Amino acid sequence: MSKQGLLSSSIARKVSMALSAFFLMFFLLQHFAINITSVFSGDTFNELSQFMGTNFVIQYVMQPILILGVVFHFVMGFILEIKNRGARDVQYAKNNGSANSSWMSRNMIYSGLAILAFIVLHFIDFWIPELNTKFVQGDMSGLIDPANAESGLRYFEELQHKFVHPARVGAYCLAFVFLALHLMHGFNSAFQSMGANNKYTKGLKNFGTAYAILIPAGFIFIALFHHFNH
Amino acid sequence: MKLTLKIWRQKNSNDKGKIETYPVDNVSEHMSFLEMLDVLNEGLVAKGDIPVAFDHDCREGICGMCSMYINGEAHGPDRGVTTCQLHMRKFNDGDTIYIEPFRAKGFPIIKDLVVDRSAFDRIQHAGGFVSVNTSGNTQDANAIPIPKDDADNAFDAATCIGCGACVATCKNASAMLYVSAKVSQFSLLPQGKVEAKRRVLNMVDQMDKEGFGNCTNTGACEVECPKGISLENIARMNREYLKASI
Ligand code: SF4
Ligand code: FES
Repeated sequence: MSKQGLLSSSIARKVSMALSAFFLMFFLLQHFAINITSVFSGDTFNELSQFMGTNFVIQYVMQPILILGVVFHFVMGFILEIKNRGARDVQYAKNNGSANSSWMSRNMIYSGLAILAFIVLHFIDFWIPELNTKFVQGDMSGLIDPANAESGLRYFEELQHKFVHPARVGAYCLAFVFLALHLMHGFNSAFQSMGANNKYTKGLKNFGTAYAILIPAGFIFIALFHHFNH
Repeated sequence: MKLTLKIWRQKNSNDKGKIETYPVDNVSEHMSFLEMLDVLNEGLVAKGDIPVAFDHDCREGICGMCSMYINGEAHGPDRGVTTCQLHMRKFNDGDTIYIEPFRAKGFPIIKDLVVDRSAFDRIQHAGGFVSVNTSGNTQDANAIPIPKDDADNAFDAATCIGCGACVATCKNASAMLYVSAKVSQFSLLPQGKVEAKRRVLNMVDQMDKEGFGNCTNTGACEVECPKGISLENIARMNREYLKASI
């Protein structure tokens, strides 16, 4: 009988990669749904942000799970890359990868690294200041001026402010291009890893491509919208 | 045709090996790739040089022995063929052709283009069979009804010739396509279902022990496989493995 089982076999690794990917893709969709409201109504965006930022379940249950999911997906991605490089010690003198597979599928580690770089920036830029305001300074009010209840919620204004500098907007858009490339392979790959390859696969593939293009394009649209409408 | 061949030469498994260049003349476009190499080797022997070692047996796409990485693709640029079925008309006069062994840690090089693929045998021994415990009243296999789809899929999986092109071509040197074909050909049929759980667990376990990489679903194996073994088999194996483990 197998001594490896579900914990450390190669199939276990790909399944765990797929499960964390599903979770992250769902999170991305939810993140997009909130961000896109900022295009239509600053007030709605403010209220949703205040809810997300102060709700107990989201802050203390969902947020830690999300961080775990992100860290797990990256760490496992690196482990796989290292193991897979080790599985071929001498490289081919001539290798024609594009004859049989997509660029995206062969370069998940690079698109992944670009996304990682973006997430690190996003943490420094947004998440750490947010933690500082809420938990170090203890300001849970979400107000522009915590001393003045009439000053209104701060999130929409902060969002607009983030998209002023062209370099930041450029980096942001580029990161989402890499995310699109990552998803173009990742979306369907996750289904294949879970063992789903059947009559629906072709339709799912098209849906996956649409998701991989539309969601990142949507994020890019939001960034450009605020950049040019500020 | 006149060609320039860049061939991997390696005396034995301990040698470092390197690419050597050989010009060949008088190659007919009707020759198979292996016949072209025969011509090269005849010339080398006539000059007192050591001929290029390569694996081959049936020369008709059945045995899976011929294993070459030609111009960056397993079994060369053609689709659905083994190296022995590849014809020189797929190349042009004056071409430079790279010929390398199938490379993977699980396929150590024996000499030149010959690699040791016994890892596949060990995976097969770990569970790629149906135990026949003769009880004296064994049922006639033909008397068991099998859905047409299952029979077709099992047959398709069974056409895998164990050549290793899937491993050679995979950027991760993963053996999932081969193993999934061997798992599927049994697990789809009633005779194989009895041991299905044990089979998939043990074969995957052995595959991992042999040092093959992790599948990342690039799909390159399916494209380069001379028998068109489908990725559906890998999905089936993933399902079976999950079912067997939980
Ligand atoms: S799956 Fe295809 S490429 Fe892999 S060993 Fe079998 S026949 Fe060869
Ligand atoms: S020599 Fe048998 S398949 Fe090519």
